[in-house]
Amino acid sequence: MLGDGILKGLAETAKNFAGSFVSKERMTTVEYPEERLPLPEAARNFPFLVYDGDDWEKGLRCVACQICEKECPPKCIYIEKSKDKKPDYVGKPQIYPAKFDIDISVCMSCQICVEVCPFEAIKMNTEFELATDDRFGGLLLDRKQLARSNEYYHEIHPTEASEVDARLAEEKAKVEAKAKAAAEAAAAKAAAAPSANTPASAAVAKPQAPVEAKPATAGKAAEIAKAPAMATAASEPKPVPGTGTDGPAPLTAEDQKNAETPAKANAREPKAQGEPKE
Amino acid sequence: MSSFGIKNEKLAGWNRPPVFESDGEGELLEVAMGPHHPSTHGVFRMDVVLDGERVIKLKPVFGYLHRNHEQLGQTQSYLANMPYTDRLDYFCSLTNNWAYALAVEKLVGQEVPERAEYLRVILAELTRVQNHASTIGFLLQEMGASGTPLMYAFREREKILDLFESLTGSRMMCNYMRFGGCRVDASPAWIEATRKVVAGLPAFVDEFERFLMTNEILMARCQGIGVLRPDLAVNSGISGPMLRASGVNYDIRKVDHYGIYDRFKFRVPLGDHGDIYDRYMVRMLEMRESISILNQALKDLPAGPVMDPKAKIRNFRPKAGESYGRIEAPKGELGFYLISDGSPNPYRYRVRPPSFINLTVLEDMCLGSNVADVVLIFGSVDIVLGEVDR
Ligand code: SF4
Ligand code: SF4
Repeated sequence: MLGDGILKGLAETAKNFAGSFVSKERMTTVEYPEERLPLPEAARNFPFLVYDGDDWEKGLRCVACQICEKECPPKCIYIEKSKDKKPDYVGKPQIYPAKFDIDISVCMSCQICVEVCPFEAIKMNTEFELATDDRFGGLLLDRKQLARSNEYYHEIHPTEASEVDARLAEEKAKVEAKAKAAAEAAAAKAAAAPSANTPASAAVAKPQAPVEAKPATAGKAAEIAKAPAMATAASEPKPVPGTGTDGPAPLTAEDQKNAETPAKANAREPKAQGEPKE
Repeated sequence: MSSFGIKNEKLAGWNRPPVFESDGEGELLEVAMGPHHPSTHGVFRMDVVLDGERVIKLKPVFGYLHRNHEQLGQTQSYLANMPYTDRLDYFCSLTNNWAYALAVEKLVGQEVPERAEYLRVILAELTRVQNHASTIGFLLQEMGASGTPLMYAFREREKILDLFESLTGSRMMCNYMRFGGCRVDASPAWIEATRKVVAGLPAFVDEFERFLMTNEILMARCQGIGVLRPDLAVNSGISGPMLRASGVNYDIRKVDHYGIYDRFKFRVPLGDHGDIYDRYMVRMLEMRESISILNQALKDLPAGPVMDPKAKIRNFRPKAGESYGRIEAPKGELGFYLISDGSPNPYRYRVRPPSFINLTVLEDMCLGSNVADVVLIFGSVDIVLGEVDR
C-alpha cells in the first residue's frame, strides 16, 4: 500500500519519542553546564609541565632540551634555555627552561610533544574550559601557568602517572647504583694507589668535568664519593652531562652516551693536533 | 564537457539527458550554490547554469579550505605529519592515520605486531560504521527529513566516538597509529565496552532501515536520479561505495589484503543502477558487513604488544626510496605517496583523497536533473571538504 513506508518510519519515531520518557538508554543528551560527563582517563587537551615537590620552579622536570619545540607540528612551543643549571630528579645538574611558552590558540592537542619528550616533563592536561576574552595574552601560557604538580598528574591520569613514576624511580635507582659502584671502585683504587692515580686523572679529566661530576654522584653515594671525586671523574666519564648548550640534545640514556662520544673526541682532538705542531 | 576521455558514442549520452541546450524559451540562469550553503558540508561552491529547473551545466569550485597539507607534510618530520592526517577527513581520522602509517611502514619495511593489526581493523571498521551512519543521516537531512534521522545517526556515532576518546584521548583528532603499531594499548575494559557497542549496532541498523528504507518519498526522490555508469566510474577513478553502487566489484580490502583483512569473512555489497538509492543501500549493507568484521576481530583479538619495540619515534629517518600506501577508507581509496631522500622529512608527500576524486563526476551525474536533486546527488557522493581541499 502506498504510504506503508512512511507509516513504518513514523512508528519508529514514535517509539523513540515515547521511549525517551521511560528508558535512560534513550535519553542520550546531557544538560552541559549543570550536568557533566566524566572525562575518560585518556582525555587530552593541552600540555602542561610536570614538577616534583612543592616548588614549581625548582621542581620542573623539563631540561629545555627543545626536542618538543622542534617536533611540535604547528610550532607553538617557545623555549629559552637558562644560563645556569639546577639538579634534576637524579641529582644531575641540568639546564632548565628560562622561558617556556605554549600558545594554546595554535596548539592542536596532538600529544606529539608528550611522546617525544625523553624526560617525562610534559604531559597532557584535561582542562577544557579555557575560554577568555583576551585573544593574545590570555591564550599564551608561560611556564608558571603551565606548571602542574605531579600529584595533579596522578589525579587526572592515574594509570599513566604511576607508570611514569615507576619508570623514573627505576632510572634513578640505576643511576644511583652506578654512581655508588663507581664511587666505591674509585675509593678502593684511590686507597690502593693514591700517588699513581692523581697525575693520570689530572691529565685526562677536562677542567670542568670534576666540577660537574660531583653533584651527579650526589645522592646516597655523595658522602663516599666526596673525597675521590677527581678520581671518579677520570675513571668513570659517564656522568659528564651531555646536555650542554652546544651540540644536539641527548635523548635517552644510550643516546646520551652516543652523544657524548663526539664531544669527548673533540675535546681530545685539539690536544692531539696541537702536540705535533709544537 | 567530454566525459573524461570516453570516446564511445553509446556512452556519450548516458549521464546526460537527451536535451542539453536551452529550448529557447526564457533565459538561462546562473546560480552559485555555496560556498555557504547548508547542503555543501563545508565550504564548497557549485556554479550551476539552469534552464528553468533543469541543470544544464555545473562547475564545482573548491579550495576554500585549502591548508597546504602536502607542502606542510614536506617541511616536517614523518611523525609530526601524523596529526595533520587526522584533519584531512575529520570524520575518519583513524583510517587516515592507518593509510599514512601504512605508507611509511612500506617505506621502511616496518612490521606491525599482531594485536596492533587487530586493533587497527577494529578501529577502521568502527570508523566506517560511524561515517556511513552520519553520511546517510546527512543525505536524509538534505532530502527534507530534517533532523530526526541525522540525530539517530549521531546518537549511534556518539557511542563510537566515546570509544575513540577513551582509547586515543580525542573524539575526532585521534592521532593514534604509529609507524610500527599503535600508540597505546587497549585495556580490557575498553574491549568490553567495544563489544557492548558492537552488540548494539545491528539493532541500530535495523531501526534505520525500518525508519526510511521503504519510505515512498525517499524512493521517489532517490531511484533513478544521479546515475553513474560503471564505465565512467572506472575511467574517472571513482572508488569506494560510489564505485560499488555502480556495480563494480572493487574493494581494496579484498584486492590488496592490506593489514590482516584476508583473515576475515565479509561480502562486498554491490549496486545495480548506480543511482542515489543504490549508494544509500550499499552504505547500509556495508555497515552490516563492518559489524560482522568487528565481531570476528573482537573474537580473536590476541594479546601482546601493540608497538614494535624496535620502531623509532625520535630521529626517524627512512632510507631513500618511495612508497604508496592505500586503504579502503569509508569514502574510497585513500592513498599516501611518499618519496624519501633519507632526511627526516619526506621529499615528496602526496595524498590521494577519495572525496576529491569522487567529486570529479559530479557534473556528469547532475546534468539534466532538477536543482533540488543536485543537493541530493552531492550528498550521496559523501565528501568532506577537509579532504577535498587539503
Ligand atoms: S622535550 Fe621535554 S625536557 Fe625537552 S624541552 Fe620539551 S618538555 Fe622540556
Ligand atoms: S600538543 Fe601538539 S601542538 Fe600542542 S604543544 Fe604539544 S606538540 Fe605542539
